[in-house]
Amino acid sequence: MSEAPEVKKPMGKKRIELDDRLKAYKGVWVFVEHERGKIHPVSLELLGEGRKLADSLGVELAGVVMGEPGEVTRSFCQEAFTHGADLCYLMEDALMADYRNEPFTKGLTDLVNKYQPEILLLGATTLGRDLAGSVATTLKTGLTADCTELNVDLEARSLLATRPTFGGSLLCTIQTLNYRPQMATVRPRVMPMPEADTTRTGQIIEDTLGMFEKDIITKVLEFIPDAMQDKPQLPFADIIIAGGRGMKKPENFKLIWDLAAVLGAEVGGTRPVVQAGWLDLERQVGQSGKTVRPKLYIAAGISGAIQHRVGMDASDVIIAINSDPNAPIFDFAHYGIVGNAMTILPQLTEAFRAHLATARKAG
Amino acid sequence: MAEKFDVIVVGAGPSGNAAALRLAEAGLSVLQIERGESPGSKNVQGAILYSDALEKLIPDFRDDAPLERHVIEQRMWVLDDDSFVGSHYRSDSFNKEPYNRYTMIRAQFDKWFSERVQKAGALLICETTVSHLLLDGQRVIGVMTDRQGGEIYADAVILADGVNSLLAKKAGFHPEIKPKNVALAVKEIHFMPQELIEQRFGVKGDEGVVIEMVGKITKGMMGTGFLYTNRESITIGVGCMLSDFKNQKITPYELLEQMKAHPSIQPMLEGGEMKEYTAHLIPEGGFNAIPNLYGDGWMIVGDAGMFVNAVHREGSNLAMTTGMHAADTLIELKNEGEDFSAANLKRYKARLDESYVMKDLKKYKNMPDVFHTNPQFFNDYPDLISQAARTMLTVDGVDKKTKEKEIRKSFRQRRSLFGLMGDAFKLWRAFE
Amino acid sequence: MHIVVCIKQVPDSAQIRVHPVTNTIMRQGVPAIVNPYDLFALEEALKLKDKYGGRVTVLTMGPPMAEAALRKAISYGADDAVLVTDRAFAGSDTLATSCALASAITQIHKDMPVDLVFTGKQTIDGDTAQVGPGIAKRLNMQLLTYVSKVRSVDLENHEITVERRSEGGVQLLKTRTPSLITVLEGTNEMRFATMTNMFRASRYQIKIWNREQAGIEDVTSVGLKGSPTVVSKVFAPTPRAVKAEIIQCEGEDPKELSVTLLAKVFAKYPKLEKEIAKRAV
Repeated sequence: MSEAPEVKKPMGKKRIELDDRLKAYKGVWVFVEHERGKIHPVSLELLGEGRKLADSLGVELAGVVMGEPGEVTRSFCQEAFTHGADLCYLMEDALMADYRNEPFTKGLTDLVNKYQPEILLLGATTLGRDLAGSVATTLKTGLTADCTELNVDLEARSLLATRPTFGGSLLCTIQTLNYRPQMATVRPRVMPMPEADTTRTGQIIEDTLGMFEKDIITKVLEFIPDAMQDKPQLPFADIIIAGGRGMKKPENFKLIWDLAAVLGAEVGGTRPVVQAGWLDLERQVGQSGKTVRPKLYIAAGISGAIQHRVGMDASDVIIAINSDPNAPIFDFAHYGIVGNAMTILPQLTEAFRAHLATARKAG
Repeated sequence: MAEKFDVIVVGAGPSGNAAALRLAEAGLSVLQIERGESPGSKNVQGAILYSDALEKLIPDFRDDAPLERHVIEQRMWVLDDDSFVGSHYRSDSFNKEPYNRYTMIRAQFDKWFSERVQKAGALLICETTVSHLLLDGQRVIGVMTDRQGGEIYADAVILADGVNSLLAKKAGFHPEIKPKNVALAVKEIHFMPQELIEQRFGVKGDEGVVIEMVGKITKGMMGTGFLYTNRESITIGVGCMLSDFKNQKITPYELLEQMKAHPSIQPMLEGGEMKEYTAHLIPEGGFNAIPNLYGDGWMIVGDAGMFVNAVHREGSNLAMTTGMHAADTLIELKNEGEDFSAANLKRYKARLDESYVMKDLKKYKNMPDVFHTNPQFFNDYPDLISQAARTMLTVDGVDKKTKEKEIRKSFRQRRSLFGLMGDAFKLWRAFE
Repeated sequence: MHIVVCIKQVPDSAQIRVHPVTNTIMRQGVPAIVNPYDLFALEEALKLKDKYGGRVTVLTMGPPMAEAALRKAISYGADDAVLVTDRAFAGSDTLATSCALASAITQIHKDMPVDLVFTGKQTIDGDTAQVGPGIAKRLNMQLLTYVSKVRSVDLENHEITVERRSEGGVQLLKTRTPSLITVLEGTNEMRFATMTNMFRASRYQIKIWNREQAGIEDVTSVGLKGSPTVVSKVFAPTPRAVKAEIIQCEGEDPKELSVTLLAKVFAKYPKLEKEIAKRAV
């Protein structure tokens, strides 16, 4: 039982005087991540967010696409335009067919040094985090991870990146002082997906990687894809039924699976429940799990602690079932039932089943 | 190569720490094994620190021990369902240094105590459970832990592993704990701003108040409640005999909730926020439940030896004192070049007999039985006393003589004359 | 083979609460633990040591009390431990931290060449996952993140083959040592410490280095000065304006409550009703 390490004291809104050299950095960039021929949705969400930032600052929004030469890679540029980008920096090279830290870090840092954006955003995915950390260290600039909100301080032309801290109990806003670009990563589903405007187009600026395979030390020997069916897709589920420690026993989760089955929903859970082995890691919702934005989120036996909350409070409708009337979840859920989840869930399942049956009959 | 020490102390609570400290200071090689993550993580207490026992071990403890408030006022409440009759004792002499009693928070206190023990030279290993004692015939020669390569040898092993000492049971040193010899206590710590505590309890600075409660709050079971003021929080709890809980089918948690809702208690908690909830067993059997305390190469100290004076709510001081005496016995024997055989360890018992530990426990040895078989002390009397108070204190035009007659009548009706006399006699005998 | 494992002592965030009166973090009484993600890295390193022989050194940058985390690591079987602690490090963000750790590793390398550096995926108090990549960059090491398995190590040829988790699958990568690996959680289960190692941990003399001993000459590269990012504000999340509408009914019958709930929700959110009806199985 010891005191936690000293936290940095907030410095308040400082008057940040930017070096002249850094004032030249303009523009908002979003690294467009793609895999096996598809853009990762988080990049599109970031373009939506990036558009707002670019508009505030009065600058252009650019996508950065790096991959193997070909139509597929180029099509990503087009997708970037339809989701808000004005420009797209394109780097094509056979060496970048698969993701590897070395070539991608060099490519992205070269582009940054050449075209000097003031803000660079990446998705907080395995690739994004791998790349962002290396790029930020190479550029010796500031990087804020897992942001839940991005704003600008127009006076200082500074990015205000907000993220959870202390295990999610509080939020903090972080600024990058006299360094550019200001980098930030954002988790999938935290920002809303922007509408695509297929009429939009933009300018492609091409550049070369300038590396040889023999110079790249890490080799990809093989790629073993996951079996698609088995993987739960929580971040994109429209309805999620989630259970927490209030479910008391792993056997009781059957009630959650039953309800999910009736609604065609995904099943999720809190960190304690996943750590106890009651659910797969893929089903963990929360600060250290997945962020979800379903149309309906039913939380059973979940207290609503902030670590879980940040992963799901953007859901359209939240219904909470908890035996403790003072549980924090009732502070932000839309509807609540105070009661024993074990008795409520089966009845809820029945109620939905009955409702769906009549809906079907009505045609 | 298995390790060997002069003494192994099993447990890093107050009794284990007291023993290990003394032994290490005297230059013996001491290993302390604690099953919790850190000293104190498995320990629960109200908690009140009685300076006397600790002073004998660490005279300058007041310099840096984490103490909450020093107690200047003691309140005794007898509660019925919606009122209480209380007596308060507050004295300025309690407010003169050095202070005699303090409220404390065990997690911090145990950590501090353990740091002192380690500084004195004892080796502490945590998160390790002693699974059984190593024996050579009847003689204890070491311990076996739950880790690979877990054999450790010693000339003596001191069992300081608490009220539910599985080790002593396994080794046959004492029988299974009987429900009638332990109480199950639960407590909560509620955050409360300092200013609020000061206002509500009429204290300032580091002064503190202790409230002991008895009566209907334990629903006819034998037990007591308590409320202690800490620096920025208050501790509220209740404990009853485990055997009573088993018969009554009310859970300790429910009992505490009902107690907290009592009209006289609830206002005391206003403005606070529950921070922590814990429960633990407390030895209550007293003198008659004390097991064998020593043998060839082993001794028992603290709660494991049932050293708790329930009447006066003293436990941690007895723990420290017994730990100290156990250590002093071993030190004395080692200096004389004697071994740690049962014949020699008899001196430990002799020391205890001479001290307040055995003297107090002997004095109250009949208490558990008396209260156990006489629930009227927890039901009828609190009702009667409260009614009496209400009658006397209500100004309603009835003359005082009539009121007194009414009160006497109510007592006789409830308990009968014989009952009253019997109760008085039993109480007298119990306290004698 | 010499592996350096970077660990961090963190407050057990599962137990952190916000003070109900002052609205600040209650750090008192929250136990400090080894960052759980780092344990996977440590166990992986110990497994390699079991297989190939060699030594494991644990390294941490932190306040003096971080010693406890290093001792824990020794109890699991690490051979040596280094604590890099200095007032100059106060206020370090991830860039400054990776600078300090990279420098310390360089010093460690001077005494005994380092083949691999292992770190956990991220910390539970920072969650950034940036320090590992930062150290790799500074030491010019190949970076392998989200490693779920070390297939083989060929020390003679300075090669290592690993499985790396990426979106949609696993990459099989081969690279040269020295390299830095961030280990994915769940890859292994930490062993139960032996009694011998528990004793060793209790007695071990941890190497404590200040800034200079860690080889950091430029004081502006660490601590507050070496941190491009600063926290400008810490605040509690704004409570939602409207709390949940609690469904109630006579007798609190679960069936009644459920039916009432559905009626209310669908009345207010007809689109949701349609969405659910669509899924009718």
